[in-house]
Amino acid sequence: MTIKGADAVLKALEQEGVEVIFGIPGGASMPIYDPLVDRSPIRHVLCRHEQGAGHAAEGYAWATGKVGVCMATSGPGATNLVTPLADAKMDSVPIVAITGQVPTPVVGNDAFQEADITGITMPVTKHNFLVKDAGDIVETIREAFHIARSGRPGPVLVDLPKDVLNADTTYTWPERINLPGYKPTTKGNNRQVSEAVKLILAAKRPVLYVGGGVIKANASEELMRLATIGKLPVVTTLMARGAFPDSHELCLGMPGMHGNYTAVTSMQRADLLVALGSRFDDRVTGKLAGFAPDAKIVHVDVDPAEIGKNRFVDVPIVGDCKDVIAKLAVELAKRQEGAGVPDRSAWLSQLDEWQTKYPLRYGQDSDRLKPQYCVERLNAFADDDTIVVAGVGQHQMYAAQYWRFERPRHWINSGGLGTMGFAVPAAMGAKVGQPDKRVVAIDGDGCFQMTAQELATSNTEKIPFVTAILNNGYLGMVRQWQELFFEERYSGVYLDPDVPNYVKLAEAYGAVGLRVDSPEEVDAAIEKAYAIEDRSVVIDFRTDPREGVFPMVPAGASNDDIILGPEFAPHEVPGEAPIV
Amino acid sequence: MTNFLHTLSVLVEDRPGVLTRIAGLFAARGYNIESLAVGVTETPGVSRMTIVVDVEDKPLEQVTKQLNKLINVIKILEHDQGSAVERELMLVKVRSEGDNRARIMEIADVFRVNVVDVTSGTLTLEAAGKPEKLEALLSLLRDFGIVELSRTGRIALGRGDRGIKDRSLKVANA
Repeated sequence: MTIKGADAVLKALEQEGVEVIFGIPGGASMPIYDPLVDRSPIRHVLCRHEQGAGHAAEGYAWATGKVGVCMATSGPGATNLVTPLADAKMDSVPIVAITGQVPTPVVGNDAFQEADITGITMPVTKHNFLVKDAGDIVETIREAFHIARSGRPGPVLVDLPKDVLNADTTYTWPERINLPGYKPTTKGNNRQVSEAVKLILAAKRPVLYVGGGVIKANASEELMRLATIGKLPVVTTLMARGAFPDSHELCLGMPGMHGNYTAVTSMQRADLLVALGSRFDDRVTGKLAGFAPDAKIVHVDVDPAEIGKNRFVDVPIVGDCKDVIAKLAVELAKRQEGAGVPDRSAWLSQLDEWQTKYPLRYGQDSDRLKPQYCVERLNAFADDDTIVVAGVGQHQMYAAQYWRFERPRHWINSGGLGTMGFAVPAAMGAKVGQPDKRVVAIDGDGCFQMTAQELATSNTEKIPFVTAILNNGYLGMVRQWQELFFEERYSGVYLDPDVPNYVKLAEAYGAVGLRVDSPEEVDAAIEKAYAIEDRSVVIDFRTDPREGVFPMVPAGASNDDIILGPEFAPHEVPGEAPIV
Repeated sequence: MTNFLHTLSVLVEDRPGVLTRIAGLFAARGYNIESLAVGVTETPGVSRMTIVVDVEDKPLEQVTKQLNKLINVIKILEHDQGSAVERELMLVKVRSEGDNRARIMEIADVFRVNVVDVTSGTLTLEAAGKPEKLEALLSLLRDFGIVELSRTGRIALGRGDRGIKDRSLKVANA
C-alpha cells in the first residue's frame, strides 16, 4: 500500500510506542501535522516555544524511562531545539527530535527557514540523520529510537525535508537494525566483577559513588541489594537523587560542590570508591588532583569513554549498571558466605559522627522566608510518589539538598548542561508521562522567566502541575559567587522580585497564582496548591535574597576545603578530617 | 612535537557527514589533523580513513574512544611505531632553470621518482613512498625553489597476515 512519507513517520513513531509528541508546526513540517488530525493515535502537545517542547520531551523521558519525542519545523524551529538536545546529551536523556527541512532540491540554497540542523546539532546529539528518500524513513526512525534508548542513552535528531514527507512510499518495518558501528557493551566482564569484589572485601572505608547511570539502567533494586549485602555506604550524585532512598541508614546523600559534609568527606577519606554510572564530573570531584587521594577506584559505566577519562581506574567494568551491579551483589554475597561482612564499624561510626556534627543547616528566621524551609514544607505535604523538577541554580541545589528522595525517576533536573528554564517544560513533560503523580517544579525566578510561557500549554492541554518559585529577585547563584568571590560587587544579577507580578502572570496563563511572604503563610499555600488538580498553580515564595547555598566547595578548590557556611560557629568548623 | 604524531586507521560507513563527524571531534578539542586520506575498501559501503594527528597519548585515548562512539565508525586501529607499512604520494613542481634541470633529474633518479610534467622553467615530480623518504626528497628540492606541492596524506596497513577487522582495539575496551 502506498502512503505518504509523513504517514510513514507517524506510523513508525506509533510502532516505536510513542504516545505523545511535544512540538510546534511550521511550513516544512506541516505534512506531518495532517495525519495527526485523524490518521494517528499519537497525541500532539502544542508548546509555545521549541525549547519548551524539547525540555518537555526530556521530562517525559526522565519520568518514564521511555524515549521522549519533540518536533519542530525547519530553520528557527529546529535551532530552538539545540539547547534541549545539548541538555539531553549531557544528561544522557533518551529523546528523538523530528525536524522539518526545506525540500531537498533547495537544501543548501539559503531557502526560506533553512538551517543545516544536522550540521548544527552534530556535537550535541548522540547521532543525527538527514533523510533524503522517503523509502528510508521507517528504517531511520527505527534506528533513531534504538540509538536513543540503548547503550548510554541520548538525543537523536531526524531531519525530514518537506518533499520527502510528501513523497509516496510503502511501509515496511525492518526486522533487523543494521548499524555495524554501534554495538554497546552491556554485559559486565565476570573476571572484572570478581576483581572489583576483591577490592570491596579488602576495603576498610568503601563508598558507593552512585550516578545517573543507575537510574537510566533502572538498577535501584540491584543497588539496594549490593549496598545492604556489603553494608556499603552510598552517596547519590545530583543526577542520581532517589536512586537509593535518602531514608536508608546507608545513604549519605549528595556529594559535590553543594553536597553535605559527610557525603563529600566520605569520598575524600575513602579507600575505595565504587563508581556506578557516575563520571567523576568536576562538580563532584572538586580539584581533581586533591580528590579522594587514598581511594582505589572501581568504575562501572556503559560508556567506555567515561572510564579513565578524569581519574585513573583500578578496576574498569564496561557494562549496563543493572547487569553489573546484580553481578557484583551475587559475587559479594558468595564471597562473604562464612566470613560475613568485613568489620567496618570504625568507618560507619565515623560517618555517623560526621552526620550528627555537620548536618545540612540553615538559619530559621521568624520574619525572613528561607528557601530551604519552602523546600522542606513542599516535601512535608507531598508523598513519596511526587515528582520534583528543577532547573539550574540555587533553587536546584536547595531542592536536591532538602527534598528527601525515596524513589528513582522522581527527581528531574538539568545536571550537566545547567540549563536555565528547564523546570517548567520538563515538569509538564513529566506530568504527561506520569499523569497520576503530583509534579512539583521548584524553580528560580530567573529560570522561570525563560520558559514560563509553557504554563499556557499546561492549561490549554490540561497538564496541571505546581510551580514553586523561590523568588529572591536575583540570579541567585551568580549573586552568591559575586558575594563570595567578587567582594560583593553585584553586577547584572538583580531581577526585581515584583516584576513580573508572578500571581498575575500565572492568572494570565490560566493558572492559579499564590503569593507567600512569610514563614507562617507557607503551609496554607502549599495545602491549597496541592489541592488544585484541574490546573496549574504557581506559588511565588518571596525568599531571603541574602541566603546562600551551603556547604560549598569553591570552584577549583579541593573537596577538603569545603565551606560549611554561616550557620556553623568557628569552633564547630572541622579541621582536616581524620582517617579512621 | 613529532613525538606526538599518531597514525590511526578508521573504518567507517560510507555515508554523508561521516568526515565532518570525525573532523569535528578533533576540532572541538583543538587538535590539528596533520594528514587525512580517505578511500574505498575491499567491502562495499565501507571506507577507510588514515588520520595522522598531533596529540599526546592521554588525550588521544579519549579522542579515540569518542571516535569509537560515533555510530558510523566501525573500527579504529592505532598503528604503533613500525607496526605498519605507511606510504604517501606527492606531486611537486620545482623550478628548473639552466643547469638545475640536470641536477634535479639526478636527484629524481636517486630517489626513483618519476618526472610527470616538464616546462621550460619547471619539472613536476611524482614521488611515492615512506613519509621519511618524501621529506628527504623535499629537503633537497627546496634549494631549487618549490613552485607548488600536493600530497595525498599518509595511508597505512598493519604489517603481518591479519586485517584491521581481525584486530582488537588498541584502546582498552576494559
